[in-house]
Amino acid sequence: MAALVARLTDDLSRRTMIWLAALFVALLIAPWVVGDYLVTVLILILYLAYTGQAWNIMMGFAGQLSLGHAIYAGLGAYIAAVLFTRYGVGPWFGLLAAMPVAAGCGAVIGYLAFRFGVTGVYFAILTIAFAEFARIGFDHLGVVNAAAGLFLPVAQYTHNDLWRLRGDPTMFYYVMLAATLAAFVLCRLLIKSRIGYFWLAIREDEEAARAAGIDTFRYKMYAVMISAAVTSFAGVFYAFFYNNLFPEQVFNISQSIQMILGPIIGGVGTLFGPILGAFVLTGLAESLNSALTACGLDLPGAEQVFYGVCLLLVVATLPEGIWPWLARRLGVTELA
Amino acid sequence: MTALLSLTAVSKRFRGLVAVDGVSFDVAEGALFAVIGPNGAGKTTLFNMIAGAAAPDEGTIVFAGEPIGGLTADAVCRRGIARTFQLVRPFPALSVEDNVVVGALLHRRDVGAARDHAHALLRRLDLFDKRRQRAATLTLPDRKRLEVARALATGPHLLLLDEVMAGLRPTETDRMVATLRDLNREAGVTILLIEHVMRAVMALASRVLVLDHGTVIAEGTPEAIVRDPAVVQSYLGAETG
Repeated sequence: MAALVARLTDDLSRRTMIWLAALFVALLIAPWVVGDYLVTVLILILYLAYTGQAWNIMMGFAGQLSLGHAIYAGLGAYIAAVLFTRYGVGPWFGLLAAMPVAAGCGAVIGYLAFRFGVTGVYFAILTIAFAEFARIGFDHLGVVNAAAGLFLPVAQYTHNDLWRLRGDPTMFYYVMLAATLAAFVLCRLLIKSRIGYFWLAIREDEEAARAAGIDTFRYKMYAVMISAAVTSFAGVFYAFFYNNLFPEQVFNISQSIQMILGPIIGGVGTLFGPILGAFVLTGLAESLNSALTACGLDLPGAEQVFYGVCLLLVVATLPEGIWPWLARRLGVTELA
Repeated sequence: MTALLSLTAVSKRFRGLVAVDGVSFDVAEGALFAVIGPNGAGKTTLFNMIAGAAAPDEGTIVFAGEPIGGLTADAVCRRGIARTFQLVRPFPALSVEDNVVVGALLHRRDVGAARDHAHALLRRLDLFDKRRQRAATLTLPDRKRLEVARALATGPHLLLLDEVMAGLRPTETDRMVATLRDLNREAGVTILLIEHVMRAVMALASRVLVLDHGTVIAEGTPEAIVRDPAVVQSYLGAETG
């Protein structure tokens, strides 16, 4: 444990450590300070930070653009939900099933693409196609109630059952906080290791990476499989937090897009980009919603327009994302 | 001396065009071997077949006693052949140091050990002081040196250099020549270079192969090559005018 902490922090300045500690404490005490509504907003933010981090392993590290990450979350959600509702298997055991299935699904997509030289935009289209297959397939799959949807017994908030993920939003908040922290630590360990260097080399120039002796097929496969497995937990969480699953929603391309907006706004390939991006986007969108409601305005689609404007602004002014710029401002560039 | 690299009747065709036509030669262990020839002579195609970027249609390529023709580029590198690119391709967003660390990690599991090795190579190639810069910010001569450093980091027995002098000023060329000669002499790296800059070839090579229209028209010491009538006719005469 001490060795792990040392490895995670060896190149961090004192200043950076203080920032990190302050942020962590703030997130830790947040549910005690803010109201119920804000706790659910924070859960959504952490959910998107987590999925953004998972997506970033593929795109930010290994340079493979996936626009179909909803498939991995969706598989995680359905597997855990079916095991729970039909066989009474708890979500953590469900996760043990979901992760290998999601990784296997990622391996199939990756194998087809990387073996046959499908790259760039075409690879992205392939990932969309698989997510759409899943959406249409699950819509007709009787075992998961098809388009009628799968429902989990709704939790009674009398006591929190962490083992079965039944409880109040505060419990879900802490579960998602722990997951986000774990994903952050995992990504930092990965990017500082041999596999991380090889991913960056592939992202930068695949042919040059091959010339440096890297088996690019193998390392791209690792990226897809790890990213898929990490994403599947978000699905398990989704199922137990929302208690209802519809293929039309879970596998919808808008889910995939929402996962990638955070890292793009925050900074693709950075460790804090996905977290910062989720806070900025969801935070501002929720503020906008409240402001509109307070003014007595009802503008459907205002949120989507707002996302579009945010993307436009960031791409135009900070093409590397907000985090690299903010990291320089804060003097914590070693995390950029 | 035994041959480290041996090509026998290697050919490569692109549609109807024969780019390399029955080329055979041996590169001895420890040699500084240059391949020259006019544009379109098939030098880069030959180079790509040795490096695994293209598979030969005919013939065999044997490296250290094992056939390598048709292996992928990464497999060739893992067997001990490292290359540079004619148009340099460092990893642009990575630091100079990390570029070399990537190469050093090929035969090292530990990132710290790879970093130490990278530092030694960066010192050797005069890039140590620039190690924190992004590779994209380097000047062309520095990027060429970085490519050599990254290739060397993979621990090759044979280093393939594709026009590593092109675009360098004469003083920079001399510096690169000195560096490569040191590497060959001290580190014992066998070097095969494709080169247009005759100044570098004459200063560096122990042996020269001349290609024209995909075939070997001469092979010998640099001194013998520049006096060869066929070579003067097809290549040198045209360039030195």
